[in-house]
Order: sequence, then C-alpha cells, then structure tokens
Amino acid sequence: MLELKDVNTYYGNIHALKGISLTVNDGEIVTLIGSNGAGKSTTLRTIQGLIKPRSGSVVLDGVELQKLPAHEVATLGVAQSPEGRMIFPRMTVLENLEMGAYVRRDLSSFQNDLEHAFTLFPRLKERISQKGGTLSGGEQQMLAMARAMMAKPKILLLDEPSMGLAPILVELIFDIIKKLNQEGTTILLVEQNALMALSIAHRGYVLQTGEVVLADKAEKLLKDPMVQKTYLGVE
Amino acid sequence: METTKFKFNLRRFTFSALILYLVFLLGPIVGLDIPAIAASIKANPLQLVQFLIIGISNGAIIAIIALGYTMVYGIIELINFAHGDVYMIGVFTSLTVLSLTGTLESKDPGKIIFGLVLALVIAVVFCAILNAAIERLAYRRLRNAPRLAPLISAIGMSFIIENIGLMWAAQAWLVPSFGTTGGASQKSFPDMLGILFTSMGWDINLLASTGIALRFTIKDLLVIILAVTLMTGLYLFVQRTKLGKAMRATAQNRDAAKMLGINIDRVISATFLIGGGLAGAAGLMAGLYNNTAWWFMGFRAGLQSFTAAVLGGIGNITGGMLGGFLIGLLASFSDGYLNARWTNALVFATLVLILLFRPTGLLGEQTGQKA
Repeated sequence: MLELKDVNTYYGNIHALKGISLTVNDGEIVTLIGSNGAGKSTTLRTIQGLIKPRSGSVVLDGVELQKLPAHEVATLGVAQSPEGRMIFPRMTVLENLEMGAYVRRDLSSFQNDLEHAFTLFPRLKERISQKGGTLSGGEQQMLAMARAMMAKPKILLLDEPSMGLAPILVELIFDIIKKLNQEGTTILLVEQNALMALSIAHRGYVLQTGEVVLADKAEKLLKDPMVQKTYLGVE
Repeated sequence: METTKFKFNLRRFTFSALILYLVFLLGPIVGLDIPAIAASIKANPLQLVQFLIIGISNGAIIAIIALGYTMVYGIIELINFAHGDVYMIGVFTSLTVLSLTGTLESKDPGKIIFGLVLALVIAVVFCAILNAAIERLAYRRLRNAPRLAPLISAIGMSFIIENIGLMWAAQAWLVPSFGTTGGASQKSFPDMLGILFTSMGWDINLLASTGIALRFTIKDLLVIILAVTLMTGLYLFVQRTKLGKAMRATAQNRDAAKMLGINIDRVISATFLIGGGLAGAAGLMAGLYNNTAWWFMGFRAGLQSFTAAVLGGIGNITGGMLGGFLIGLLASFSDGYLNARWTNALVFATLVLILLFRPTGLLGEQTGQKA
C-alpha cells in the first residue's frame, strides 16, 4: 500500500537519504533498523511530507505523496508518533487526543475510539485532564501513540517508541504495537532496539548512512550474521 | 549560610532605603511628591475611585489590543509591530463609516445606533482583513528566516500603515472635520455616545441621580461590556472550538500540528484575522471613549498594549487581558496623581523591569517539556 521508490532527501547539502526504496503491504508491521544518523527518522519525515525529497516518489494507494504538504498527507491516512514525542505540553491529555482526530470528518465513533485507546493505555485515562507536559516520559510516549491512532490512519508511522523508556515499559509498548497490528493497523516502525523490533515485525529493512543495505523477512534478519553483529550485539 | 543570607538581605534593604530616600528627595522637583499625593488621596478618596474607573475603561481597550500581540506572538513568535497601527486604522475606519452614513450629523437615536453598529462591523472586518493581508504579504515568506527578518519587516509595515493614516487624515471628502490643513494634527472623533444619550434624554453620567461626586458614564459601561464580551468570546473560542484548539496546537508544536493534518498557514491567517478584528473593535471603542483620531495614535497604544502583553506573559491570552487592565490602571493613576508626561516613562519602565526580572510575565507560559 505504501511504496517508496528511489527517494533522495537532502538537509541543505547533506545527502540524508540516498535512493531509498521500500514497500509496506496492507496489514504488515515493517521495521526500519539502523544506527543514529542512518536516515530512519528522515525516511518517516519524508513520507509524512515534513521534508520534501529532491527526487523519487512516495506512493500511498496510488496517490503520490511527495508533492503534497504535510497536512494533506495526514488527511490521506498517514499518522505518526514522531521522534521526541511532540505532544502538546499545555493541552490536556483529552485535548491532545482530540487533536489526533483532527483530520476525521466523521466523529460519530470518536467516543468509542477514545474508550479503545484507554483500554490500550489505561494510564492515559487516569491522566485525562492533566496537561501533556506534566506526564512522565513513558506516559508521553503512550499519548503520542494514542494520538496518532485517533486519526484512524491507513498506515501508522512509529518513530522510536521505546526511546528512553524503562525495560518494563518497552515490553508494554511493543505488546500494544502487536495488538494494534492484529486489529488491522498497518505499521512502519523505526527502532534502535533492533531485537525487539524484529521480534514483532513481519519484514525489516536495515539502513546505513542513508541507504538500504539489507531487506528481508524479520526472522531471517534476526539470523543474519551482519545484523547480529552490528545491531543485536551477538558476537 | 544564615549569615550570608542575612548580609544579602541587609544590602538589599540598604539599597531600597537609599532609593526611597532619593525618590522622596528628588521626586517633588519632577512632580513625584509622595506626601502631597498621599494628602490628596486622604482629602479626596473618591478621586481614587474615579481614576480606578478611568483606568479600567482604558485598560479594557489596551487589553483588547494586547490580545492581538499575544496571540500572534504565541503562534509565530513574532512581535507584530504593525498591530498598533491596525488599531489606528480601526479608529479611522469607524470614523469614516460614521461620517459617510451621515451619523455624525444625526440626532436621531435609531440612526445613531445603526451607524455605530455598522461602524463596528466594518471596522472589525476591515482590520481583520488588513492584518491577515499584512501577514500574507510581509511575514509568510519569512516564516523560516532568522527571527530578526520578520521583525524588521513588521516595523516596515508599521511605518507604511502610519503613513496611510497620515494621508487618510487629510481626506476631507471622507470626513469633513479632517479639514484641509493636512493629516498631521490630531483630529476629533465626535462624542457619538454622548450625543446619542443626550438625544434620548438620559444623563450620560450613570451616577448623576445618586448624588455621588463620581463620573461613571455610559461610555465606561459600554467599553467595559464590549471588552468583556470580546474577551469571553475569544477565550471560549480558543478553549472550545476546533479552530481554537488547532491554534493552540500550532503554537505549541508546529511540526506536530502539521502531522495531525492541521493546515498551519490557514491557522496563522485565522489568528491574524482575529487579532485584527479585535484591534478594529478597540479602534471604535477608543474613538468613542477618548474622542480623538490621530495617525500616530497606534504607536503609543501599541507600545502600551505590547507592555501589557509582556506584563501578563506574552503568548498567554488570560495574561494579555490582566496586563491590559494593570497598564490601564497604572496609566490612569500616573495621569491623575503624577503628571501625564510621566505616564509613558512609567509604562516603559515597567516593560524594562519585567524584561529584566521576570521575562515570562505574571502568568508566564511554562515552556513545559520539549522532549
């Protein structure tokens, strides 16, 4: 459903994405792994339209996204839980979630979706009228994910959902990602925690300095010697 | 620890005592005669209440203008220096509408009320569009430029609009009382509310029948009612409506807002529309209240409102309202008990002091966690 073809993105003169091509099929979890600066977040920002690629195409269900401004990409069904969470610090948890549903015309099921988000993240329900900025890091991560889900996107982009979280929270977050996928959400997951990411993903891409160096089924990547050595810490 | 703390306090105390001594010593020379002021308050406490009324009415107008500064700053971190001049255009627009509809010469209450409502609507719409056009022309292209660039551009827009005002004030065919001597002098804004209420046979001073030696006029009442209505409306709009929430979201994290599907150009335009509309309403209110129209009036009003916005905590709507009333009171007490020529100095001393000691203002926005 989502296809990137030979995407080249620049930050000024820095060639950040060097001809990235990848696909995400309906119902999949696809993960992008790689170290700092490999271009993972840049890939998500390019899909979202926050930065424009200099060449190449990003196609979602036949629509070329790369020419559209970010807010139109969002209306076409791309939602993101971004790097750094980017929740609205002076809006309440409920208001943050309402903003998540901003693109939706039909709000009849808003209450149901809200309840659904709260069953996945019960902590958010306890904090419903608290300001986003007062939440802990883990709660902010949950809020960012829940906010993205409220858009009922065709594809959910998750950028480093495990970053800075205690191990027990990381497990919880990955359980939720799996659950979301089982409910039918297509997910593109960017992670530094390659082991966790590959253990829940169907397929994976390995990025190095702006290029895809390896693409395969997740279980095969887990066994790949290069991946094991570089990203899984297996000697 | 204890002793250093004590020493510190002692030094502060000495310093404050010295300043107070100097104020008492030198104050009378420049008009700041504290014992005389205290005596005059004691002799005529009602006067204090009178200055309070004037301060609140003027503060209401300042607050309405301050909202425009604070909303724009909140959303694009730009001090829109042209905002005070948009307010000046609001004064001129409403005066022109009153003149062209023949309201200025009319003694018919119905006609006057109709003219005033029409002037309000046209001033609001015109200033809203003007302000949004300024953003579109002068600021939008500079959105990703270094911060100084749009600031300079704002100062440029301010000069342009002031000169439009200067030319406007010379167009006797629009408003006959503008005369033929040019636009530089202060023009009068007829006291339409006074005329209206006299023509209806009412006393303009609402307290006239009570025998209290105070003036609380229908003008004060209307200005305060209109200001409070606008502020409440704005507050509810920003808190409750979808567009209002999109504004707050854009102010707090522009990239996140884009990602969620918010068209931030449209949201920013809406912010300028609302700010300009408020300035237009403030223009009519100020014209009716203070009865002057002057091409340069936006400068002083702008700086006072800007100070009010900073005092309340720039970016914070409630703070802008609070700051407006406080600056209005400060100005009124300074006019009354010191001397009108001190007022601007006091207002700007306040601005300097806040910027030095509490840059976030009284209700300063907590930046919160960026992460």
